[in-house]
Amino acid sequence: MLGEGIIKGLAETARNFFGSYFFAERLTTVEYPEERIAPFEAARVFPFLVFDGTDALAGLRCTSCQICEKECPPKCIYIEKSKDKKPDYVGRMQFYPARFEIDIAVCMSCQICVEVCPFESIKMNTEFELATTDRFGGLLLDRDQLAKPNSYYQKIHPAEAATVDARLGEEKAKFAAKVKATSDAAAAKSAAKALEGANG
Amino acid sequence: MILGKIKKRPKGWNRPQAVAESGDGELLEVAMGPHHPSTHGVFRMDVALDGERVIKLRPVFGYLHRNHEKIGEGQSYLASMPFTDRLDYMCPLTNNWAYALAVEKLTGQAVPERAEYLRVILGELTRYQNHASSIGFLTQEMGASGTPLMYAFREREKILDLFEELTGARMMVNYMRFGGCRVDASEGWLDRTRKVVAGLGRFTDEFERLLRSNAILMVRTQGVGRLSAELAVNAGVTGPMLRASGVNYDIRKVDGYGIYNRFNFRVPLGDHGDVYDRFMIRLLEMRESIKILEQALKDIPGGPVVDPKAKSRGIRPKSGEAYGRIEAPKGELGFYLISDGGANPYRYRIRPPSLINLTVLEDMCLGSDVADVVLIFGSVDIVLGEVDR
Repeated sequence: MLGEGIIKGLAETARNFFGSYFFAERLTTVEYPEERIAPFEAARVFPFLVFDGTDALAGLRCTSCQICEKECPPKCIYIEKSKDKKPDYVGRMQFYPARFEIDIAVCMSCQICVEVCPFESIKMNTEFELATTDRFGGLLLDRDQLAKPNSYYQKIHPAEAATVDARLGEEKAKFAAKVKATSDAAAAKSAAKALEGANG
Repeated sequence: MILGKIKKRPKGWNRPQAVAESGDGELLEVAMGPHHPSTHGVFRMDVALDGERVIKLRPVFGYLHRNHEKIGEGQSYLASMPFTDRLDYMCPLTNNWAYALAVEKLTGQAVPERAEYLRVILGELTRYQNHASSIGFLTQEMGASGTPLMYAFREREKILDLFEELTGARMMVNYMRFGGCRVDASEGWLDRTRKVVAGLGRFTDEFERLLRSNAILMVRTQGVGRLSAELAVNAGVTGPMLRASGVNYDIRKVDGYGIYNRFNFRVPLGDHGDVYDRFMIRLLEMRESIKILEQALKDIPGGPVVDPKAKSRGIRPKSGEAYGRIEAPKGELGFYLISDGGANPYRYRIRPPSLINLTVLEDMCLGSDVADVVLIFGSVDIVLGEVDR
């Protein structure tokens, strides 16, 4: 019959068109700027640096070990190590990044920096509306722009942040215990010495 | 032996038969592409036309060359993994798998059971969405202005949502690691996957009904762009293109890499090697993928998703070489690695199915109309990111 194919095709189209009013699986689009789908927890866009507490520089977890800089596939990270040291997240004296820059025009959001970081310091952001008219400075993020509080990390990746916080808490407790043990041992030693001196 | 029947190499097999011109000597040379809506990217076909008929066709590659192999030789094994996503960007997970397989062969790394199942699930989801959208593109090239393509993309979107939930990205997944997968799939994710897979069967039926009931599609595809089995084998064509020509060669069956020998599935074969057969092979493979997915989702065991002894950073394999190949949706995707004991591969070579399937384009196109060239090109199912690397 002439036009049979057209009728059959239009029947399929009609089923999908009217079906889209009733079944969610036939309508998968959203009106983007007004309607938004919440990003998945695993979603990743560009990296940021996590800091504990309120002061971005004092709480920065990064110890400037430069593993991420070395492993980054498109080599978009630039780090300059500090000359002096500051206490890190467990209280150990460590270097910190004097400069930490990520060129997000080059970054390809692969998450390898997050995987290789031994200090849970670099994480992936889920913010994606980053268009800018300044294609050079606007896309080169420096340390202060990259630093985000731990509370922000807990907000965007809740489950992941919980395990990280538990691990870091454990590490911190271990380090505190070790510090206490060494100071206790030193105190005991000096006390013993003092006792010896008094006896002698 | 599967290839036993084909022994004779046709005379002058690498030079297509000349097509007779009409005789008025007026040939028109046209450069189709590199920016042509039908070329799926940047690809040029220099065609010589006699009226509407194609007399000569020369494919011109290289517009998207980005030094992938040389970059891979300059950096660590892990750092090449995210770059493999960008080869065939329609199916990044199979690219990840092939590369992981090559490195695992090189280092002798074992993969835990659960990771193997996850790889099969993700690989078959990838195959499904690739075939669905490639059929969608094919119909668009026939002039079905977008409707079947949008239906295909709607299903693809559901699968990409699963990918995003698991890996963090829709396409640039960077998911597989040497010795397993990067993150574990939650039970909720597996349930959602089961739900999506349960809906795929109905979509496949609808899609097939829509396309096969269409007289235009039948007329435009049947008998167009024939590829003989001899030429397909001799040219190294693989994947649905080879099977549409009637050669029973599927690396999932031949190699049984991963755990494919545990699943019950069939390999659809074509008869004529024309555009219609390629289209139907893809449709049938979509059904087989659903079958594999159902089995894998039923049997997936618990356990770790990455070998605890495996390390991804700073691996230095012993000097040697390895070739890991898989049946990617487009054909045989292989990664060939030579290690000299250093932190980065001495040689990093990719055998891309798209490029090698494209080499027979002239043979299929000669003598047909320009409008059919677009169709034949679409039926090869290529992604330029993989052709040029």
